[in-house]
Amino acid sequence: MPFGNTHNEMKLKYASAKEYPDLSKHNNHMAKIITPAIYELLRKRQTPSGFTLDDVIQTGIDNPGHPFIMTVGCVAGDEETYEVFKELLDPVIQDRHGGYKPTDKHKTDLDPAHLKGGDDLDPNYVLSSRVRTGRSVRGFCLPPHCSRGERRAVETLSIEALDTLSGDLKGTYYALKNMSDAEQQQLIDDHFLFDKPVSPLLLASGMARDWPDGRGIWHNVNKTFLVWVNEEDHLRVISMQQGGNMKEVFNRFCTGLTKIEKLFKERKHEFMWNEHLGYVLTCPSNLGTGLRAGVHVKLPNVSKNAKFEEILKKLRLQKRGTGGVDTAAVGGTFDISNADRLGFSEVELVQMVVDGVKLLVEMEKKLEKGQPIDAMIPAQK
Amino acid sequence: MATQFTRMLAGRNTAVVLASLGAGTLATGYLLTDSTAAAERRMLYPPSADFPDLRKHNNCMAASLTPAIYAHLRDKSTPNNWTLNQSIQTGVDNPGHPFIKTVGMVAGDEETYEVFSEIFDPVIKDRHNGYDPRTMKHPTDLDSSKITSGVFDERYVLSSRVRTGRSIRGLSLPPACSRAERREVERVAVMALSGLKGDLAGRYYSLGDMNEREQQQLIDEHFLFDKPVSPLLMSAGMARDWPDARGIWHNNQKNFLIWINEEDHTRIISMEKGGNMKRVFERFCRGLKQVEQLIHERGWEFMWNERLGYILTCPSNLGTGLRAGVHVRLPNLSKDPRFSKILENLRLQKRGTGGVDKAATGDTFDISNNDRLGKSEVELVQLVVDGVNYLIDCEKRLERGQDIKIPTPLAQFRR
Repeated sequence: MPFGNTHNEMKLKYASAKEYPDLSKHNNHMAKIITPAIYELLRKRQTPSGFTLDDVIQTGIDNPGHPFIMTVGCVAGDEETYEVFKELLDPVIQDRHGGYKPTDKHKTDLDPAHLKGGDDLDPNYVLSSRVRTGRSVRGFCLPPHCSRGERRAVETLSIEALDTLSGDLKGTYYALKNMSDAEQQQLIDDHFLFDKPVSPLLLASGMARDWPDGRGIWHNVNKTFLVWVNEEDHLRVISMQQGGNMKEVFNRFCTGLTKIEKLFKERKHEFMWNEHLGYVLTCPSNLGTGLRAGVHVKLPNVSKNAKFEEILKKLRLQKRGTGGVDTAAVGGTFDISNADRLGFSEVELVQMVVDGVKLLVEMEKKLEKGQPIDAMIPAQK
Repeated sequence: MATQFTRMLAGRNTAVVLASLGAGTLATGYLLTDSTAAAERRMLYPPSADFPDLRKHNNCMAASLTPAIYAHLRDKSTPNNWTLNQSIQTGVDNPGHPFIKTVGMVAGDEETYEVFSEIFDPVIKDRHNGYDPRTMKHPTDLDSSKITSGVFDERYVLSSRVRTGRSIRGLSLPPACSRAERREVERVAVMALSGLKGDLAGRYYSLGDMNEREQQQLIDEHFLFDKPVSPLLMSAGMARDWPDARGIWHNNQKNFLIWINEEDHTRIISMEKGGNMKRVFERFCRGLKQVEQLIHERGWEFMWNERLGYILTCPSNLGTGLRAGVHVRLPNLSKDPRFSKILENLRLQKRGTGGVDKAATGDTFDISNNDRLGKSEVELVQLVVDGVNYLIDCEKRLERGQDIKIPTPLAQFRR
């Protein structure tokens, strides 16, 4: 909650052991890492805007485990959270991001010319391609903690900046509270709009407060470049289109993002970024690039193969249902995307997706013909 | 490296620069009280920037909150640091409930009702039909011997129930409480309850230790509270840390039950199948008095004052916190167009038999008192007794093809 410290002072009157959460049934990164000693050390602290340890971990306490994905179980309320609570968040980051150390540096590469190939994924299998990332506006609290005033200020700033985009990026903003239910449902069905906040992960961290105030979606005329405002992050920037031309999607993504950053800078605002964590976002799982590049791809045979999970792991890819992170796959069509976010550049991650999906499609074709795929299984990337 | 004093003197821009340097520079900032940063934010965001958009809202909070009231109260807090924004969050997030006009705000502690009286008093007046906390006093009467005609015709009344809530003074309420406070509530309540004897003797079942089957059994018997899915509860923060320190205590006959740490510290329920409301209320009063005695012996007391009666989380439950009701079959009356008006004049309310968030199914209704504040427990139970007897009489008349009358409306407050 903004402005106050959510009566942290009062809690300090109780011994740490009395306040320590019961995590015996829990399976998320926070529950794996936190100990009574860490809790005792960090509970006395708060960020300058008043975000406390309990605020960071509440979502992980209230959501013991997600059926499809190992959740992080903590969120940031502002940029300083990652500093003030580093004794908890550094090990969580290390656990989540494949051993990324507190001393490691992250590289950013948004030059689409560095991507090799990616324009020839078979559209008979690859139904659509998409790249998304998030950006936080420095100086404002993040969605779990922001006040209504801050959230509206982020919205106003974003609209101002986005309104100046031109050419194929020219578009319009649709405030969620002015949309009719029918318009909203259409945008959700088109896979453009974010969920109404029913995900317990979002609800427990306070990100659904005041819905739909200050939320909206901006998109260009072709609906190939979209920006979500004030969902789980200040901004989510998305480039997408039907078919398998990931190269074009990534081109548009990089061009658009670079322009948006410039427009914000002209208005004396920058994005939260540092050389250790890269782009700073609400969920520690999205640090670094914040990038998820993925496709909706038909893999009815490969997905039934006993080695499917192993193949994905080796390719550093992850599967989801086609309705977003909280859904299961339907009818053999999967959302396949990069598993990593931090420690690899944007170009490197998109390259992994392009190469990996190409291989999966070839495997699918082989299995269709009844041929084996064991020889095609790659080494660990 | 920035020192504590540099941070205090630094303006917003400097803080921004420091943040971009990353590791370590703000590490010393965290031990400050929030006053400097909070003061800066207040200047950047005046109350008008934060005023919620309530244009699509239909709850008591939205009806009473004005920008002026919000501006007076936004930067205040109770001694435990509970704020107005926290109180109203549930009303902002839940514009309107389909079956019932919600209150739209909750208390985080006893002092909430004082510190934010500028908004709570008009909401209380709105919700409690004109009860004015500034001028009126609330009567308490738990003498069940005064109830007359309290046994209903069991061809119509399937079950009878009386519930109330009690809060333990000195501990924050469910929207605000820390885990330690919640566990303390559990400890105090369970210790007191273990002193009950005779027909009230029973045991405690912690929610965390129950398996899913036991839980479902208790829900089906209408004993246990819902798993927290109600958006009203969730937006108010009452579902945090579930199921930690939640549980249900009941006596061996399962007709006297206590819920621990659901929407209130404790909910006390007396119920049984059939129509003997008088016996249900007698056990209710006896049990309540004994529990109060048992916590007094250990130096605790319930939150109560003569302005608002018993203090509970939701303003709708102030006063007696009492809901006395029956599950009653009214197949003919419920189809009569005068049904709602009859209920209204009798100061009764109907719900489905699955709790406040469910619609009625079939011909069986949960009928209970509307009022909580401004009338005593005995008055309210008598009102339900008289009202349900009237409804049954109407039902019998309609069965026989006779006409029914809408009763004259009952007076609101005792003169």
